[in-house]
Amino acid sequence: MTRKLLTGNGAAAWGARLAVVDYIPAFPITPQTEIIENLENWIDNEQMPARMVTLESEHSMITAAGAAAATGVRVFSATSSQGLLYAMEMLYTVAGWRAPFVLVNVSRGLSAPITLEPDHNDIMAARDSGFLQIHCADCQEVLDSVLIAYRLGEDERVRLPVIVNLDGFYLSFTREPVEIPDPQAVAHFLPPYDPENIRFRASTPISQAVAVLGGTPYSYFRYESHLAAQKALEVYDEITAEFAEEFGRPREALESYRTEDAEYLFFQIGSFATKAREAVDRLRESGWAIGLLRPRLFRPLPEKHIRQALAGKKGVAVIDQNLAAGRGGVLYSELASVLFGHANMPGILTSFIGGLGGRDISTEEYFEMAMVTRQAVTDGEAPSPRLLYTETELREVQKLQAIANMERIELGAKP
Amino acid sequence: MNETLFRRIKDLPSTHLLGTGVPTCAGCGGLQALHQIYDVLGEKTVFVNAAGCMTLLSVYPFTPFRGSWLYTAMAAAPAGAQGIRDALDIQLKKGQITTDDDLQAIVLTGDGAAYGMGMSATSSAIERGLDFVYICYDNEGYGNTGQQYSEATPHAARTSTSKGPQGYPGYKKDLFSIWAAHKPSYVATVIGAEPLDLARKIEKAKEKQGPRLILALSPCPTGWDYDPKESADVGHLAVRTGIWPLKEYEDGKVVHTKVPRKRLPVEEYLKRQGRFSHLFEPMRNEEILTGIQERVDAYWAEIEG
Ligand SMILES: Cc1ncc(C[n+]2csc(CCOP(=O)(O)OP(=O)(O)O)c2C)c(N)n1
Ligand code: SF4
Ligand SMILES: [Mg+2]
Repeated sequence: MTRKLLTGNGAAAWGARLAVVDYIPAFPITPQTEIIENLENWIDNEQMPARMVTLESEHSMITAAGAAAATGVRVFSATSSQGLLYAMEMLYTVAGWRAPFVLVNVSRGLSAPITLEPDHNDIMAARDSGFLQIHCADCQEVLDSVLIAYRLGEDERVRLPVIVNLDGFYLSFTREPVEIPDPQAVAHFLPPYDPENIRFRASTPISQAVAVLGGTPYSYFRYESHLAAQKALEVYDEITAEFAEEFGRPREALESYRTEDAEYLFFQIGSFATKAREAVDRLRESGWAIGLLRPRLFRPLPEKHIRQALAGKKGVAVIDQNLAAGRGGVLYSELASVLFGHANMPGILTSFIGGLGGRDISTEEYFEMAMVTRQAVTDGEAPSPRLLYTETELREVQKLQAIANMERIELGAKP
Repeated sequence: MNETLFRRIKDLPSTHLLGTGVPTCAGCGGLQALHQIYDVLGEKTVFVNAAGCMTLLSVYPFTPFRGSWLYTAMAAAPAGAQGIRDALDIQLKKGQITTDDDLQAIVLTGDGAAYGMGMSATSSAIERGLDFVYICYDNEGYGNTGQQYSEATPHAARTSTSKGPQGYPGYKKDLFSIWAAHKPSYVATVIGAEPLDLARKIEKAKEKQGPRLILALSPCPTGWDYDPKESADVGHLAVRTGIWPLKEYEDGKVVHTKVPRKRLPVEEYLKRQGRFSHLFEPMRNEEILTGIQERVDAYWAEIEG
């Protein structure tokens, strides 16, 4: 084991290297590119035996990834944002092939307007694709999650591709000390991939991903995938128990922070949850009984774990770094559906949208969210979802608009 | 390779490798070509398919193929072939499989995918030197969705999205030249109605490595609107009128493998198909007919010098 200062991207690349992946179909996109640059560099210097191919698009990249996995090798790939959406048709398709591989997504807001900075609308768009999803909060977790993801996806009870998600900039470009486990220890935890019957061989011809006629065989295969994805929860718990034994880091499906005696909870995924953790500490100093729940596993969603953790709590502030236009936060509706109709669940869920396109969420805003939630519990009614934005921000945008307008007028445009 | 196994018609395989009972229309020229191609390529193949009529060859739980099959999506078949080829190479190199278990990656798509949606994936697969055979059965339209015009639709043809008196206003895209411009190892046009020419070309393609295209004009009774029993005639006429030149590209040169000695007027081909009937009825559209003939003549004038 060695310790190194690594970015989130560096940690993702190390995960792939330690997993001894065979094949890496790639395509550049900010903020993911550093991952494939690292890997190519290792391959060129013979520090890693894999083969990397740059395709002409993410649509082709995911197709090649799925096809190689269906031929029986261990595959890694990475993308972000527009790339993930460009590949969307193939995300659904290769998930249906039941050929496991790992895709790292470095979250970035979606166009339009175009931006490089992070939020979760990209990864939420892949929510129902059939890929499992693991969401990371720090760089160590990125490396660990890649290893766990291979065990999970390749497990014969699961056989599904897995996305490991990390936030652009906040994780991808942030350097943190990361423990790089010994290759032997990794090999013990993650043995070489055994594709069993998922492969193309001249001696054992096989047809994969054939058409079906009618809803009966179609439903059969869709249900099979769904059940396998659900099964992945139990498998994940098993695997992370082994992981904790081997490497000393529990990577539970649901991270609970100071929740036992808490009356109120923040509910959030990804690296911004570390901001929520800080807010919890500060609020506790001033007497609040508050904690944080962070699903690490988002597909499948650890529903039972969540209900257990929320039993008897008063209120939950759900912070969504995504916006389902015309509807609100995705995490919020997910949580509501997990709790509804179960006894002893918190009566109040408050919904907050924030952190879009890399916008920060300040500690003061977490305080405010806690207060709104407590007030809602007192009133017995949740307010409508809040879009986090300050007066100052609004003034800044208006100032920009005013300047642009002045310039137009100076250039002779009619006001 | 100089010697061909196929010198006379009777040298062609007499039984087909591809199974029967598939749901293609009666008289499907695409299936006819595929039968002949498969007989030569054989079962040490994995067919990587894009959305189109041939997608319905393998319907769960049956397949007419003795070898393997992977359905991808409309735009992505060459990328699927890339993943399979690379994975097989990796396994060969690691000694996980022997060459006995190796497979030829064969892409099978219609013209819609080959000329249009899959073009970017195809171009970059060729550029990467991918070792694969691309079979395009060209029925000159989006057949599976009801024969809307595609980039392969010929000038003036009536399709379900070009029903006006002039038919389709565009001109068929020259996929052969687009491929050849990439300098791949082999490009050939074929047609099921000329089985000997077809078999020789597949034989040649099979022996080569790298990117290879077999572009098969595929008379389509359903989309072209003629009686299924006339498929072979329509195919012959496509060659004898010179509208479908049989040729191949190899080592930087294009060679015509079957030059019609005396070309028949192109309307002999057109008038057999309902999709061109508006050029003859209620009255002849002399301007369009002459235009089509002139383009064919100009093509051959350049070839014959
Ligand atoms: C991304 C996408 N868009 C549209 C379709 C619908 N579609 C299915 S088959 C087809 C026609 C394909 O045409 P072609 O490649 O010429 O094959 P043919 O149907 O003629 O055999 C279309 C448009 C699809 N399957 N995928
Ligand atoms: S529509 Fe044409 S190409 Fe498609 S199966 Fe029928 S005859 Fe063949
Ligand atoms: Mg077609």
